Amino acid sequence: MSALELRDVVVEYERRGLGPVRAVAGASLEVERGQIVGLVGESGCGKSTLARAAVGMVAPLAGTIRFEGREVKPLTRGARPHELARLQMVFQNPFSSLNPRRRIGDQIGDALAVLDLAPRPQRAARVAQLLEQVGLPAGASRGYPHEFSGGQRQRVAIARALAASPSVIVLDEPLASLDASAQAQIANLLVGLARELELGLLLISHDLAIVRHVADSVAVMYLGLIAETAPTPDLWATPLHPYTEALIGAVPHADGAGTLPDALPGEVPDPSRPPSGCRFHPRCPYAFDRCRIEEPALVELAPGRSAACWLQRPGDPSTLPSVRAASRLAPAAPAE
Amino acid sequence: MSALLQVDGLRVRLPTPAGPATVVDGIDYRVEPGEVFGIAGESGSGKTMSVLALMGLLPPGAAVEGHAVFEGRDLLRLRRRQLRRICGRELAMVFQDPMTSLHPMLSVGTQLTEHVRLHLGLGRRDAAERALELLREVRIPDPDSAVHAFPHQFSGGMRQRIAIAVALACRPTLLVADEPTTALDVTVQAGIIRLLDRLRSESGLTIVLITHDLGVLSAIADRVSIFYAGRVVEAGSRTDVLGRPRHPYTRGLLDALPHPEAAAAQLVAIQGAPPAPRHVPPGCAFHPRCRYARAACREAVPPLVPVNGRALACPVDPLHPGAPT
Amino acid sequence: MSTALAPEKPLRPRLSRRWFPPALRQPLTLVGATIALVWFLVAALAPLVAPYDPLEQAFVPFESPSAGHLFGTDELGRDVFSRVVYGARISLPLGVLLVVLASTIGGVLGALAGYFRGWADGAVMRVADLVFAFPAIILAMVVTAALGRGLTNAVLALVIVAWPSYARVVRSLVLSVGDSEYVWATRLLGTSARRALVREVLPNVVGPVLVLATLDVGNAILLLSGLSFLGLGAQPPAAEWGSMVATGTQYFQFWWMGTFPGLAIFTAVLAFNFVGDSLRDVFDPRTARESRERL
Repeated sequence: MSALELRDVVVEYERRGLGPVRAVAGASLEVERGQIVGLVGESGCGKSTLARAAVGMVAPLAGTIRFEGREVKPLTRGARPHELARLQMVFQNPFSSLNPRRRIGDQIGDALAVLDLAPRPQRAARVAQLLEQVGLPAGASRGYPHEFSGGQRQRVAIARALAASPSVIVLDEPLASLDASAQAQIANLLVGLARELELGLLLISHDLAIVRHVADSVAVMYLGLIAETAPTPDLWATPLHPYTEALIGAVPHADGAGTLPDALPGEVPDPSRPPSGCRFHPRCPYAFDRCRIEEPALVELAPGRSAACWLQRPGDPSTLPSVRAASRLAPAAPAE
Repeated sequence: MSALLQVDGLRVRLPTPAGPATVVDGIDYRVEPGEVFGIAGESGSGKTMSVLALMGLLPPGAAVEGHAVFEGRDLLRLRRRQLRRICGRELAMVFQDPMTSLHPMLSVGTQLTEHVRLHLGLGRRDAAERALELLREVRIPDPDSAVHAFPHQFSGGMRQRIAIAVALACRPTLLVADEPTTALDVTVQAGIIRLLDRLRSESGLTIVLITHDLGVLSAIADRVSIFYAGRVVEAGSRTDVLGRPRHPYTRGLLDALPHPEAAAAQLVAIQGAPPAPRHVPPGCAFHPRCRYARAACREAVPPLVPVNGRALACPVDPLHPGAPT
Repeated sequence: MSTALAPEKPLRPRLSRRWFPPALRQPLTLVGATIALVWFLVAALAPLVAPYDPLEQAFVPFESPSAGHLFGTDELGRDVFSRVVYGARISLPLGVLLVVLASTIGGVLGALAGYFRGWADGAVMRVADLVFAFPAIILAMVVTAALGRGLTNAVLALVIVAWPSYARVVRSLVLSVGDSEYVWATRLLGTSARRALVREVLPNVVGPVLVLATLDVGNAILLLSGLSFLGLGAQPPAAEWGSMVATGTQYFQFWWMGTFPGLAIFTAVLAFNFVGDSLRDVFDPRTARESRERL
């Protein structure tokens, strides 16, 4: 039983006067304790929506979300059930995720009070311990958020999540608003915490390079669906989905070599009107007839590796260069 | 060959509630015609302010020193009217967020033609033809309908292409791009990088590219300048600075990046954070965070000196940290 | 293995609660605050400041300003200066009372609308829209005419006219602050929505409401004087600025009768506007400064 399990989750939301949009069209994911799962994708792929559904911030239209075996019910006006408190979230923007008018020590200590995790006299000590765990001095608890830098505030947000003694934390683009220095520091902190506290982390990010360093396994999302999942080194060595291949090729390398990154032709379609068949087919260099008609399901091709692509067969996953060679397709001309 | 843009001793001081802050502290660089010149640095490094100073776009109350000679004229000494004649025409700028740099209520066509009609005095038909030409150059699909559309109808990547087209309307010799791809997805960013590269090679456009993303610079910049706390710490060719970095900050930045080739689990982070403009440490601004720092580093600001074909502001040789210099 | 890295020193605080924020040190604010303070003192110490009884008709009428009567006398031989001073006892406290009532009623209704949504939200907002549809002074006139003339009814009418702005502002703040990530974060910890409203949302709502209210005091004084000017608020022989201006328009040649009460209204309203504007600056730049870190 996984710590966090999402199965065939569908999330829709209303757009004023334009009808509903299916931001997530059937995604499945699993996170174990002590494991870091990266969820990558570009704008509009639905990864943030999926993250919010995973913790109960939005209600899914279909599918199941289970945390430690229990169903995750969306938040209502009442208090969230205590059993779910061990499923926490860290948000992207460290400036808006902390209340500007309350001391950070109080905000971290909220969990201790609400969940009754420490009697009042011991709370200050526990807060100091949490601050130390994220690399901040104990004296910081008396400060207000505006006194800290972005990286420091993100540490506070992590400490706040840790205060609830979670077993799984969902992090929605936690590094996106940070400087390069802070990004590396916070990434290392997260890895350290996951190992030390046996936390499961679901790390949502658009930055593939960071995810490659931090995550144990990666899920790639495109237009509301999971395109591929694999252990991190395998994903980079042999991507099995054409979108993953394109994504990896588009990341520029800071090696001074002057290589231009590969561009992907076309644009991400409007999620309210996805293409027929495979959602990626209009931009895919390997697309053939079946791709235009039938939508491929996410199929397990080898232990731990799944892809949603008609080029792949279970038990015999084909690397894309070999597909290219076999069908003698010309390599895709770099687009602009 | 004379430089297209030569910046010497640029200093910018901004008023803050707590007193004046020096955000650019003595920057020198030269941009050669037809090259892509990269300026890299994190927030607070002064990279954006240094360029805003050139274009006369600093906030009121800012004090500027130094020289910035562009095609024989010192931009910092020009009167408002003269500067306005150059900006938009010979010198153009593209910003990070195309949503705020394009006028939301004017059609794309109007924004493109407005420029050429103002600066070049073209008639309506010529201007409209030029607008279509520009959209084709930046590869906007279906330019005939695009001219009548509005910015919000386009995606982020398309809007940035339109912003580039607007900047190119009067065929400037120098294009300054401030974080042009930061807000974009990685595949869209790849497209913009390729576009800039093609513009450089096809029309000989000179580009000053400012970004915190060393990967982007590594892809198209010819020469790179690394900014830290308002000063240049290292400058040189892309292969030298990014491939064989010498300054501890540059090495730190590159080490902190996830290397696609490295399988190492830990990112080597530079401890601490870049200093705020009012709290720059004495001597070398980077010394509190530098693992090679010595007593001398605290005493004087290391000058930017030529070393083996690049410019370096650090007396310590990272390859032989113990060796005296 | 500890994951603690070298702890970073927090940046020095930019806006401490202890010292006076720079935004309040603007010259206009000080001018406004001083004038407002002077008027409050005048109102409080009216018997000491005014040389004569405001209702006493003991003097020669239509006397121009002189040493004995700084603002001259009116048509019934009353000292205008004393009447202006005592007028402060009506306009200022009632102006403040008006704003307090309107902001409280409007604020509570707006908060409930934002919190419960659904039909409660719809009902409150439609009633507010109804009130907004009428020009303030017209609606106030109608209500006062229906209830009967007099200061109490005038205040009541103006409260009815003024609460919707507060309801709208508070509702929108409750909705936007309620959707902020720190509120979600505390909800994920297990805080109920009600507790989150009280502990996280409302404290962040107080600031903007305070700004609105301060600016509104000036407006309230103006409207109250306006109603009295029209004969619907203060009734003779009460010494109220608006009605004094009204009488003054009938005796234009005796300019001091209407000018000085008019100046009183003008300075009081201006003072509160200045103070309200700088309060707005105190609250806004802080959020603007926090919003972006990249230079």
